[in-house]
Amino acid sequence: MTLYDLVAAPFIDFGFMRRALAGATALAFGAAPLGVFLVLRRMSLMGDAMAHAILPGVAAGFLLSGLSLTAMMIGGALTGLAVSLLAGAVARLTPLREDASFAAFYLISLGLGVLLVSVRGSNMDLLHVLFGTVLGLGDDALMLVTVCASLTLIILATVYRLLVAECLDPGFLRASGGGGSFVHMVFLTLVVMNLVAGFQVLGTLMVVGMMMLPAAAARFWARSAGGQIALACAVGVCSAVVGLLISYHLNVTASPAIILSAGAAYLISVVGGPHGGLVYLARRAKPPAGSAWPPTGEYK
Amino acid sequence: MIPTRSARRHTLALLSAALMALNIRAAHAADAPLSVVASFSILADIAREVGGPDVKVDTLVGPDGDAHSYEPTPQDAKRLSTARVLVVNGLDFEAWLPRLTQSSGFKGQTIVASTGVTPRPFESGHDEDDHDHGEADGHDHDHDKAGAEVHGHGHAAGHAHGAHDHGSNDPHAWQDLRNGMRYARNIAEGFAAADPAHAAAYKARAAAYEDRLQALNTRITSQFAAIPAAQRKVVTSHDAFGYFGQAYGITFIAPVGMSTDAEPSAADMARLIGQVKRDNIRAVFVENISSPRLVEQIARETGARTGGTLYSDALSKPGQPAATYLGMFEWNAKQLVNALQP
Repeated sequence: MTLYDLVAAPFIDFGFMRRALAGATALAFGAAPLGVFLVLRRMSLMGDAMAHAILPGVAAGFLLSGLSLTAMMIGGALTGLAVSLLAGAVARLTPLREDASFAAFYLISLGLGVLLVSVRGSNMDLLHVLFGTVLGLGDDALMLVTVCASLTLIILATVYRLLVAECLDPGFLRASGGGGSFVHMVFLTLVVMNLVAGFQVLGTLMVVGMMMLPAAAARFWARSAGGQIALACAVGVCSAVVGLLISYHLNVTASPAIILSAGAAYLISVVGGPHGGLVYLARRAKPPAGSAWPPTGEYK
Repeated sequence: MIPTRSARRHTLALLSAALMALNIRAAHAADAPLSVVASFSILADIAREVGGPDVKVDTLVGPDGDAHSYEPTPQDAKRLSTARVLVVNGLDFEAWLPRLTQSSGFKGQTIVASTGVTPRPFESGHDEDDHDHGEADGHDHDHDKAGAEVHGHGHAAGHAHGAHDHGSNDPHAWQDLRNGMRYARNIAEGFAAADPAHAAAYKARAAAYEDRLQALNTRITSQFAAIPAAQRKVVTSHDAFGYFGQAYGITFIAPVGMSTDAEPSAADMARLIGQVKRDNIRAVFVENISSPRLVEQIARETGARTGGTLYSDALSKPGQPAATYLGMFEWNAKQLVNALQP
């Protein structure tokens, strides 16, 4: 088998492979940068929580207007935003930390969602419609996910400095005259938008995995937020290519293959990454302490 | 004398009235509809057509149910124990039924609807196409995985995807209308034997029903005949259409190496697309490869049409297009003709 057969032929011969690659690439560019900020803010599990939080909105959309993607998307976005805003508000107004209030609200939301779905009876159909699959991307699905990624990148570029400032020192931003909660809300809106669009197009696993794994891997290679974002996107795209080829050649399901490729990138980073990877830490433990980086125990 | 006579007459009149009343009641008892249990919805529909008002038909596996892997309930045993006639398909279709008839203590008469049908052997498998592929690399065909489960999908009828537990003959004989006519005749004969008082009515209704089936059969045959034979190729995940294909000259091709339940891999998709292109297949009826979007993608890439739902082993719920045997057949034929038409 030549290199051409191995790498290029599947994408050249089959439209669904090209579409899958395009969709996964768009997803990587939209979701992975958000993942970097989630990692920075120690909200890495939020993607998962939000995945459950959008269910009641989707179910309500389904109950009101049947299997209409638009209605379900609007519903999902509404409940997702409501949950994130409420959780954020509770975290800011009360001593309860944001992760705890997120957990509380997403569980309430999930309970409501399961209830609504069961009212209508058949949840099989709903789940099929709700969760897309990477091998069946139509024109509208591709359009949706690319528009979503473009919007995300543009908005991130606009609020980039505020967002970084808020991640690293929220107190500073609040003290120096607001902007903090606004940036936070913009950020949460972007997360919800990407999740809702991504679920319908590519499925839960793909979206949450593409959001978090490349970001977590990039953390070990780059120091600046910008560097991490660029790397995370690259890791995401590479895992998409590798995962699709594995699915094609080894006859395994596509989205787990893509996510496991990203997972492999993460594990390699944990071991070999120059910024806090295990090899680095082991080597650093030998020379006399007090030398160079990192000054604090930031990387654990 | 006259009063006596009149008294006597009165007595006689009373007696005869009483007798008549008795007679009527007896007649009513005979008129109480014959209690029939049919193993699944298609047989129940034929039994109702043949039995008319003279029978009361209960169904064990109702509309949208899967008769391949049915778990009988205590209710079923109870219904069966009081039934006088049981209608089954035969050809080892209802593997779960013998145990149920034993445990319920059913003492009535059993009608095997498929008696006299020429059984069609199952093809040795769907693997035949493999030699065409360079890469017949032991991708195991997942048909066996699916067979044993009960499929609770709400959408299409309870078609069994995957291997069936029955023997080497294809039991889905009702997918040929001529066999359906034989079913009606067998059921009428069985009813006549169990309830001789209405034998003529059963036979008359069966004959009328057969005429309707025959008319539909003629219509469908001419519809398919209008499509060139080389174009009558369909990919479907159902393996229940062997008789249908035989009757109307349609080749039903199973999607190679694709499980209908799990999400397919890119390799599965590539293989199916290759198969559709190579064999010049016009239509793809694969409803449950996890998402309709995959089928749409296959259609987009090959130019084949995607078909609607085909009903194979069960009727749909009342009010839907395939609520009767005739309706089901007409629906399936329409879907296929629409998809195959140039």
